[in-house]
Amino acid sequence: MVLAESGFSSPRNDAFPAGLRVLVVDDDPTWLKILEKMLKKCSYEVTTCCLAREALNLLRERKDGYDIVISDVNMPDMDGFKLLEHVGLEMDLPVIMMSVDGETSRVMKGVQHGACDYLLKPIRMKELRNIWQHVFRKKIHEVRDIESLEGFESIQMTRSGYDLFDDGHFLSGDDTPSGRKRKDADNKHDDRELSDPSSTKKARVVWTVDLHQKFVKAVNQIGFDKVGPKKILDLMNVPWLTRENVASHLQILIEKSTLVQKYRLYLSRLQKESDIKNSFIGMKHSDLPSKDSTASFGPHKAMNMIPDDVPNGTYSFSASNSLAQNVDLKGQGDLKGITSAPVAEPKGALSIDIHDSHEAKSTQMSFDHSLGSVDSAVSFASFNSTTPLQYPWTEIPEIQFKQECEPLHLENGFSQLPLPGPSMIENEANRSRIEVKPLLDECRSNFVEHLGPVGAEDLFPIQSKSQSLNNQVFDLISATKSSMKTQDVGLNYLADSEFALRNLNASGVGVPLATLSEDLQICWLQGDCYPMNYGLQDLECSTYDNPALMAETPFHLYDVLRFDHEHLFDPTEYYAIDQGLFA
Amino acid sequence: MDGYGMQNQIACIRRSLFDQGYLDEQFIQLEELQDDTNPNFVQEIVTLFYTDSARLIQNIELTLNSRPINFSKLDDYMHQFKGSSSSIGAKKVTSECAVFRQYCAAGNAEAYISSLLPHIYTD
Repeated sequence: MVLAESGFSSPRNDAFPAGLRVLVVDDDPTWLKILEKMLKKCSYEVTTCCLAREALNLLRERKDGYDIVISDVNMPDMDGFKLLEHVGLEMDLPVIMMSVDGETSRVMKGVQHGACDYLLKPIRMKELRNIWQHVFRKKIHEVRDIESLEGFESIQMTRSGYDLFDDGHFLSGDDTPSGRKRKDADNKHDDRELSDPSSTKKARVVWTVDLHQKFVKAVNQIGFDKVGPKKILDLMNVPWLTRENVASHLQILIEKSTLVQKYRLYLSRLQKESDIKNSFIGMKHSDLPSKDSTASFGPHKAMNMIPDDVPNGTYSFSASNSLAQNVDLKGQGDLKGITSAPVAEPKGALSIDIHDSHEAKSTQMSFDHSLGSVDSAVSFASFNSTTPLQYPWTEIPEIQFKQECEPLHLENGFSQLPLPGPSMIENEANRSRIEVKPLLDECRSNFVEHLGPVGAEDLFPIQSKSQSLNNQVFDLISATKSSMKTQDVGLNYLADSEFALRNLNASGVGVPLATLSEDLQICWLQGDCYPMNYGLQDLECSTYDNPALMAETPFHLYDVLRFDHEHLFDPTEYYAIDQGLFA
Repeated sequence: MDGYGMQNQIACIRRSLFDQGYLDEQFIQLEELQDDTNPNFVQEIVTLFYTDSARLIQNIELTLNSRPINFSKLDDYMHQFKGSSSSIGAKKVTSECAVFRQYCAAGNAEAYISSLLPHIYTD
């Protein structure tokens, strides 16, 4: 079980982050006591110390003794930033900085030194509740890095999205229209080579602070909408660095931000669900743009990189979709009903018009990314044998379905994402006049069936009565954990979906299938493409029940920063994604 | 001894502290943290605060009395004090520290102190 492997001392199924081992460092004894109490209330295991040196000793003594460090910035014996650096270098743990001083320059400094987060004193309980996300996120990244070393498919998938960049070299000889994820052997080989220079060429590049800063500067100079590995490389002026190095660095950052984005989506989705729980189709507009969803979207406004309404609308659409109709959304009627609902969304009108090729392109891009990130999340959270997951990647249609059905029984919120898929695909299928419906139904029903033993209720917090989203998260994760246990169920499910896919292939819908898959991609993408709200810092990934968390650090950049602590902070990443990907 | 009357009094005093801006919601957070495992949590924290701040104030006093005044040290102390007082929600103290720090940045502690003098009698 992944969670057990991650080293938590007491991973109880019912409350995921319980037992998280936190080390608190603060010279102020009053704060130390308060923080200790607060963290204990969050069911974390707390160790306190008032000296930075003592903290380092503790950390060194027990190398795997702690999951996360929270430290004050101003300490008498050692600068908090120094401690931050040491911890990052020696132990590679996520570090959260605290201070009563919220001055931007200080915060930036924290970020640059690699802090995952920067909390402002007085610190609220809610902020502390979310810290587990930093640990979680870090684990995911670790897995991703391992995957990238092995040239995992997900990265290849994501890389195809590079089509959008000006740098034509990236297409690696594949001239198919952008967005097509052709997995022919050559392409795969090229991708693998490009994405993982270490396996074919030289030693892995270590992205030091300086190098990363250069990278950041270069990206800034180029302009986020025109960023591309070659341009970045030229500007960086580092002779020994290759375009491939830059490309993979850029890619990793993009993937990470996608992950954050998905977290955010997941969390705000949970938020929405708890709001919209009881009313659904034909719902009143007042339901959707509830205070909370506004809160989660509000700060994001500034950062909303997707200018199109479609993704937004679709997102709300899918959110409400998954909310109430996890099992049985069928028919156009439902779709229409839902369609009208998100109109009231402050973010924009819903128009499920995905036939605009430009949109398709950009959405395709994020689709790739979301697929990529979901996939790695899948792998991360998956069972011991990852073969069933890897298998379908070789063919597009299977990928589509796979994505749609598979993550459903996996942990993090991604499991909810595919839900809108079926219904939207249905819609599209109708338009394309392809007999997808029955297969989709089968797919869905398989899913539902298989979910049965696992406890569908847990996976869909809609049904849970818990008030705070925290609980929902825990439920979801715990349910996922239990679902992960029942591997055979999942595998059966996969087998079924593959069967469905094969049927589809066999039924002779070969040619139209290509377009279908593209539509599917788009649909899927639509379901996945939402406002990227880098706006918020604390996120830890956003905070379902505490939009104030976001307000605390006005710097939307922190969001990206937070998860990118391995590579140090890169504010431009946000912009890169913002404009580069989704321009 | 009228227990109910005492409780009433305490409640009034507490409310007035909030009304006058001496305490903010951080204090309420502390109260919420108090539970069966720590029935005297708030009391412990406040006691700790007083002890710690006594030490800090002493340091500040020393720095203020030395000539020439070491403003960076003073700034440090005020920062610490600000952090401490924010822990229990001592709103006014915290904001005074912030103001004092601004004066320190301008190197003008004396002006600040003299500006405080009228307040001492009115507050």
